[in-house]
Parts: sequence; C-alpha cells; structure tokens
Amino acid sequence: MTHDSQESITGNRESENSQKQSIENWRPYFSFSTDHKVIGVQYMVTTFIFFLIGGLLAMLIRAELLTPQLNVVDRPLYNSLFTMHGTIMIFLWIIPFNAGISNYLVPLMIGARDMAFPLLNAISFWIIPPAGIFLLSSFLLPNGPSQAGWWSYPPVSLQFPTGQPINGELFWIVSLILMGISSIMGAVNFVTTIFWMRAPGMTFFRMPVFVWSVLSAQLLQLINLPSLTGALILLLFDLALGTHFFKPLENGDPIIYQHLFWFYSHPAVYIMALPAFGIFAEVIPGFSRNPLFGYRSLALASLGIALVSIFVWVHHMFTSATPGWMRITFMVTSMLVAIPTGVKAFGWTATIWKSKLHLETPMLFAMGGAAMFLFGGVTGVMLAATPFDIHVNNTYFVVGHFHYIVFNTITMAIFAAIYFWFPKITGRMYAEGWGKVHFWLTFIGANLTFFPMHPLGLQGMLRRISSYDPQYQGWNVIASLGGFLLGVSILPFIANMVGSWLYGQTATNNPWLATGLEWTTTSPPPRENFAEIPVVRRPPYDYGDPKYSVIEPPDYHEPENS
Amino acid sequence: MNRGIIHIDESPIRLERWRRYLPNWLKRFLPSRGGRAEDHHGKAMFGFTVFLLSESIVFLSLIFTYLALRLTHSRSWLPPGISGLELSSFVIINTVVLLSSSFVIQPAENALKRRQLNRFRWLWLITISMGTYFLIGQGIEWSNLDFGLSTGLIGSTFYVLTGFHGLHVLTGVLLQIIMLVRSFIPGNYHKGHFGVSATTLFWHFVDIIWVFLFSLLYLWQA
Repeated sequence: MTHDSQESITGNRESENSQKQSIENWRPYFSFSTDHKVIGVQYMVTTFIFFLIGGLLAMLIRAELLTPQLNVVDRPLYNSLFTMHGTIMIFLWIIPFNAGISNYLVPLMIGARDMAFPLLNAISFWIIPPAGIFLLSSFLLPNGPSQAGWWSYPPVSLQFPTGQPINGELFWIVSLILMGISSIMGAVNFVTTIFWMRAPGMTFFRMPVFVWSVLSAQLLQLINLPSLTGALILLLFDLALGTHFFKPLENGDPIIYQHLFWFYSHPAVYIMALPAFGIFAEVIPGFSRNPLFGYRSLALASLGIALVSIFVWVHHMFTSATPGWMRITFMVTSMLVAIPTGVKAFGWTATIWKSKLHLETPMLFAMGGAAMFLFGGVTGVMLAATPFDIHVNNTYFVVGHFHYIVFNTITMAIFAAIYFWFPKITGRMYAEGWGKVHFWLTFIGANLTFFPMHPLGLQGMLRRISSYDPQYQGWNVIASLGGFLLGVSILPFIANMVGSWLYGQTATNNPWLATGLEWTTTSPPPRENFAEIPVVRRPPYDYGDPKYSVIEPPDYHEPENS
Repeated sequence: MNRGIIHIDESPIRLERWRRYLPNWLKRFLPSRGGRAEDHHGKAMFGFTVFLLSESIVFLSLIFTYLALRLTHSRSWLPPGISGLELSSFVIINTVVLLSSSFVIQPAENALKRRQLNRFRWLWLITISMGTYFLIGQGIEWSNLDFGLSTGLIGSTFYVLTGFHGLHVLTGVLLQIIMLVRSFIPGNYHKGHFGVSATTLFWHFVDIIWVFLFSLLYLWQA
C-alpha cells in the first residue's frame, strides 16, 4: 500500500467557507428542513434540552435521598420524578440523540447526498418535540404525571390513584406511542439509506463501524419496537376503554405485558449502546493513530450483539414466577452477549496498544466511557446469573449497573461524539481546556454517583423508595454529592459549546487528520455534502501514516483493479 | 507502511465469498460495490417492505397476547351466556371477497406498468369496492355479536385484533382512492408508480394478516 499519489490533508489548511458563517445561519435550524444535517442538529439540540430536564429531575431525586426521611417531595411526586426521569432519559435523550448523530453522520460516512427519504426524516424529527412537551405537560395535571415507573407495569399503571379519564398514565402512553412511530420511521429511513445510498466502492466491509452499529441498532428497532407499540395499545385499551388484557382480577395476565415490554426494552439498551460502541470505534483509532484492530470482527460483532439481544428479555423477569427452564435458557443467552461485546472491548483496547496516544477531549471521553463500560459489563454478567439476580432484584445494584451503561458509557460516548464532530458540524473548534474540565468533572461525578449504588444494592437497599433505613445514609450522601457534581459538570460544556459555536477558532476540514468520508468535505459540509460523489477504493481506518488521509478526493482517478 | 492493512482482513468470516451463493433477488439487497442511490422505485419499495415487516410484528405482539390469554384460559374463555364467534357463511363470503381482491389488485398494478391506464382504473375500482364490501361486512358482523369490547377476554381480544386489522383495511382503501384520483392527473404515473406498487404490497399484507386472524378467531372454535 503506497500513499505517494494521494493528496495530503494537512492540519493547518484554513477552511474556505469560514466567512459564510454569519449570524443568519441559525435560521434553517428552526425550519422544517429536509437536510439531514439540519435535522441531525435539530435532534441533538432538542434532546439535549430534554437531557437537562431529566437531569434536574435526577438531582431532585438525589436531594430527596440525601436523608433517610421524606423531606423534599411527597411520595406521589417522588414516584412521578423517577418515572419521568427514566422515560425522558431513555426516550427523549439517548434514543433520539443517537438518531440525531446518526442522521448527521451516516449519509456523510457512506458518501450520500442525503438520507433515503428526506421528507420522512423531517417528519420523524418533528414528532419528537410535541411528544416530549406533551409528556412533560402531565406535570400540570391535577394529579401529576404517571407514577408507575418507566416500565409502567400493570396492574400498578392501571390503578392510577385518580380514576379520572385524563391522567398522567394516559399522557405517558400516548407520548410513548408517538415517539415509537417516530423511531420506526427513522429506522426505516436509516436501514434503507445504509443499504441503498452508499457511494460507489463503499462496500459493506468498507463502512465505518459506526455505520455498522447504526445499522444493527436500527434493525433492532424495526424488529423489537413494534412489540412495545402493541403492548402500549393494549395498555391504553385497558386504561381508557375497559378491556381486560392485563387485569388479573378480570382473568387478564400482567405477565404478558412484561414479556411484550421487555422484548423491546431489553434490546432498547443495545439500540442505545450500539451507536456508542460505534463512536468509540471512530474516536479511538483517530487519537491513537492506529487502524482499528479487527475491523471485520467489530463490524460483525455489532450484528452479533443485535442478534443475541433479541433473545435475552426474560432476564428482567427472573422473579415474575418464571419457570425454571426459562430462567436457565435466558441466563445462558444473556451471558452470551458478553462474547460480541467482549470482541468490541478487545478491539478498542488492542487499537490503543503500542500506539501514539493523543489525549484530546474526545479521546478522554471515549477511553473513560470504554473503561466504565467494562465495569458495567461485568456487573451485567453478574446480573445475568439467575441466583445473583434474584438476590439483588429490585435493589440499587440494578440501578447502579444500568447507569454505568446508560450514563457512564453511552452518555460519555455521546460527549465524545459531540467533541469529535463539533468542528465538522459547526466549522469551528471547541475550547480544549474547558473540554478537559468537563471530562474530569463528569468522570469523577459519574463514578461518585453510580458506584455507591452497587454496595447499597448488595446491602439490600430497594430502588424507587423515597425514605430508607438510616444505615444506608453514608453511601447515599456520596451518591447525591456526585449527582450534584454531575449537574455542575454540564455548565462548562454548555458554555464551551455555545461560545465555541459563536466565537471559536475556524476549523479545518479534517482537524483530527482522521479517516472517513465525512472528513473529506468542507466543515460544515455543503447542502448536498459532496461537490462530487466520492469513489471509495480503500478500507476504513487506514491510519498507516498520520500525514495522510485514506480516502482520495473525488478528482483523483485511478483505474480500478478488479 | 503496510501496518495500515494488517488489521483489516484478519477475520475468518468472508461475507463477499458467501454472497456468491445467494439467489439473485437476495444479492440485490447486498450490493457489493456500493449502493444504488439512483433507483428511486427500488429504494422506496425496499423501505416500504422493511416497514411492513416491522408492522407485522405489531400484529404478532397482539396475536401473541391473544394466544397466551386463550391458552391459559381455555375453560373460562367464553363468559357465561356468550355463544362466541360463529363461522357463518356471511363471514366466509366476506373473507373470500377480501382475499380474492389480492388477485384483482395485482393485475391492476401490472396494467399500470404496461401503461394500460383504463384497465388499471377498472381493476383498481373493483379492488376498492371489494375492500369497502369487507369493511361494511365487518361492521355488520360487529353489530350482530352478542358481546362487547369489555365482555371478558374474548371481547377484548376479538375487537382489538379485528379493529386493528380493519384500520389497516381502511388505510388501504383510502390509499387506493388516492391512487385512483391521481391516475386522472395527466402524466402523473409517467415518472414512476411507487404509490401504486406500495398500495398493492400493502393490500397483500392486509390480506395475509387476515388469513392468520381468520384462522385464529373463527376456525379455532371454543
């Protein structure tokens, strides 16, 4: 492999379109645009606002848990707080944020001018803000929002204390169905885009791992999300129209809801996590200047995770009178997930091995996230073991485990992605010092908040309670202080993002000297991404020589050797 | 310098080699040298097929609920005094009309592909009336039953399953009416006929779902 005929993309070439960055640029972001880049940014900013709201709810929960007594909120409000916190963080932060970053990056990474169905793309975004506001508006109802937790198990969710026809549970169901419709439309769009819109020469095994992981996650949405939609339709009928599907007193069976719910909601974890794994696979090679180790294995491991995760959902129901054969079967399948995820973690580690590390902010977030994913993964395998799961079922150990995944892994990956692609999206560089401050505050805060939940759970502290035995207070105080630190840690991030977008240094087209098609176009990319559709002739992650980008600019012609 | 390549092809799994043994129609979905962004009809039909496969899982989850409830409550399935569903000739005719409409809509789509616009309109109109006949028949069937939505598990499951299916039939008929109206706009189907192909596929989908629902609700007698 020689690079002599390639044009080098050096780090100091000024972007030509910096002058166009005028104040008028914000207008498209408030319009019904069909440009995938605008929609991507709309998704990301909207969901970030929901993230802040969900974070405030979390801090209220942590404030209540500072003391064993009930002294900040009353019990119904506490129930509403954790219900809404979970719902917002999953359905209005991570899943739509991933849709946003994928929206921005997938067409750029595969060399397409836009998504396959631009109008559908815009519609699926514009469902999100009304659905989210509708969900939040249930705080204004006389009896407050849903109190049944984010999984909304019947019969608790059907025994809403008010008995009024308009209640928080109804709002919860309707907004979740709306978000489900948006996700399905997005998933159809992503899968079609990845299969049909790839540039000439962009074979499946030249796609970046991020695209592979988006493909796997969106296939999971298509296979599993309809089961949640079905469950919610039935729950809505039970709640509002007097049917008896899930009412045990009327011969109904609440366990069916649990099956339908977890058939979606366990793979939902991978729908959230797979794009995060993809982000690690993009950021880590870029800052260790090494090709991604085991590219094909990592690409196929994404599909492997998706495939295995379809068959693991019963591990959430080990204590729901589940028969023994089911417990054992699903214990084994749940543990099998560790194999493809282990392949991924091994690939990231081996990429860093003997490399020249550059510890810029995206790399810090990626390495921090990957490291904490190992911890969350280990506790995950522990929880997959039925005897252990029955012991810690419904305790803070479970809460600690999944926050290590959804915050310490996925949200860290999201921050890595924001910093990594910020120059591409805005055409400006972020402030590195503030980024590092943000990383360390987040890293320390996240571990302070979520690590104490593991010993608490092992000691038997139950989740979803507002007052607890005084013996648990020590760890709870640490977790609460960590939670407030996390709240503070977001401030330098916001200041950095807003300030850098307005006044940051102009970024070059490829400030990280990274490989990948998105770095061959301008920063920010033009309306149709590429002046000319690029022709891909090389494998991804070709970090052979740090001076060279892998993919030739489109004006470079070489007779294809077939 | 060769360091960049060492890591790429080390996996024992070679998709490109497997691809050679796939049938042609499947190969189309696994293009080896990039996508086919210019094929708008194929792209849109691919997306619509993916959507329908996903939509069928909503039905699957409802059917799963029905099966689970029915199998665990086989003795108390019919509440006292309820005769349950009867396999009447009315229901059978209704079913035959809906299923045979699939064999009308397909020639209609083929006629449009061959630019026989009038033949398309006639066949399309017949399909619309068959779909409407089914919907009206379902309404009559609903009003003649001796149980309601909240009458035990049989009422809950029957009305939700057939109602959700009926909603799809209604959507199909509305789509067909839109496509028929569009055929009177001069030159509308010269550029492409994705709408007609998608409606046809959707109609087949609705019919296949009905085969399952009919078997599970009517042929499986309590």
